[in-house]
Amino acid sequence: MKFKDYYQTFGVSRDAPQDEIKRVYRKLARKFHPDVNKDPDAELKFKELSEAYEVLKDPEKRAAYDKFGSNWQQGQDFHPPPDWDAGFEFSGADFSGAEQADFSDFFSQLFGSRQFNRSGRTAFFRSKGEDNHAKIIISLEEAWHGAGKTFILTRPDVNERGELVNRKHTINVNIPKGVSEGQKIRLQGQGMAGRGGGGNGDLYLEISFEKHPLFTTDKRDIHLTLPVTPWEAALGATVEAPTLGGKVKLNIPPGSQSDGKLRLKGRGLCTSGHSGDQIVTLKIVIPAAKTKKEKEIYRKMAEIMPLNPRQAMEGR
Amino acid sequence: MKNQLCIYSSTLIDENTSCNLRELSDLCSRNTELILEMIDEGIIIPAGASPGQWRFGLKEIHRAHTALRLIRDLRVNMAGAALALDLLEELEEMRRKV
Repeated sequence: MKFKDYYQTFGVSRDAPQDEIKRVYRKLARKFHPDVNKDPDAELKFKELSEAYEVLKDPEKRAAYDKFGSNWQQGQDFHPPPDWDAGFEFSGADFSGAEQADFSDFFSQLFGSRQFNRSGRTAFFRSKGEDNHAKIIISLEEAWHGAGKTFILTRPDVNERGELVNRKHTINVNIPKGVSEGQKIRLQGQGMAGRGGGGNGDLYLEISFEKHPLFTTDKRDIHLTLPVTPWEAALGATVEAPTLGGKVKLNIPPGSQSDGKLRLKGRGLCTSGHSGDQIVTLKIVIPAAKTKKEKEIYRKMAEIMPLNPRQAMEGR
Repeated sequence: MKNQLCIYSSTLIDENTSCNLRELSDLCSRNTELILEMIDEGIIIPAGASPGQWRFGLKEIHRAHTALRLIRDLRVNMAGAALALDLLEELEEMRRKV
């Protein structure tokens, strides 16, 4: 188990007053909240912040944590000495619910015990468990074809000794054919356990696509940029274009321009009720004129078909 | 510690999804009063003339879930969540265009 320096997480000194910790936490939480910050590392950072705040905001937990002093370094191998928490009084301040999801083993070992996690009041209430939300990343091919997929999710749980532990769950989910980004799969009753006989919460899996080397998506439409030669664009041609369902022959009409768009109907993300298209954007690639002969061809073109592409800008 | 959990049934929430007020409050695990507050604040906009006919789609479910997370994690109020959601949506739209 690695030691976690919660003060370092916030970038504050060990003697920082409570209100400074609160201020820094709130600022960083706004910055790294996974709904606000789309950086893939933001979620991890937000969890680290929540874990550090869970300890530092509570004077009792902070005092117990401070007992380790500054002898420990972030990431150092750490085993708490037996009875490390002896001599501290605990009022059993409650955890703030779902925020403890995915806290580290370091946290669970130190603060997961019953002593820190007493909460007599809530047990009398019957309440449904919290919903859990997780983002799952699938490939565009899996979305196109549909797939059975296995994910490993971490969720907090309470073990037989009443300690908080993180348990890894493997779940098998059927990804329906034609799902698009942002859609959700709801797994009823797979969220946090309810209390006092209340039902379990639900687990929501939000679909997200991993970056594809060729395609991007916009709702159900798939976008592809297709490089073509100037003569294919000018004269028209039939070329092969990749789609998620395999290669297709694509007719490029004569006189096509760069950024011209062609629509392949029904080649996007389709379900039985909805269909998407593949939008192909042409990108004309100009051959470099290296040899004398090649340069001559360009000069001839200028002579035979003079063109002023900046006509619209003239006089401005 | 690995537990194998097999999912036998799941619901896909996509653009076909359309739920009423009670179903939305169930999907959010919150009471209908809170959903009504979100409607008042413009966080979600129901389709349909009267509460009895209200329908909510994927976008509304997504916005309601995000608003609840922002309220819980960042301690913003309804109006703050509404503002954040609108700005986030605008930002996403701009990113898509770039």
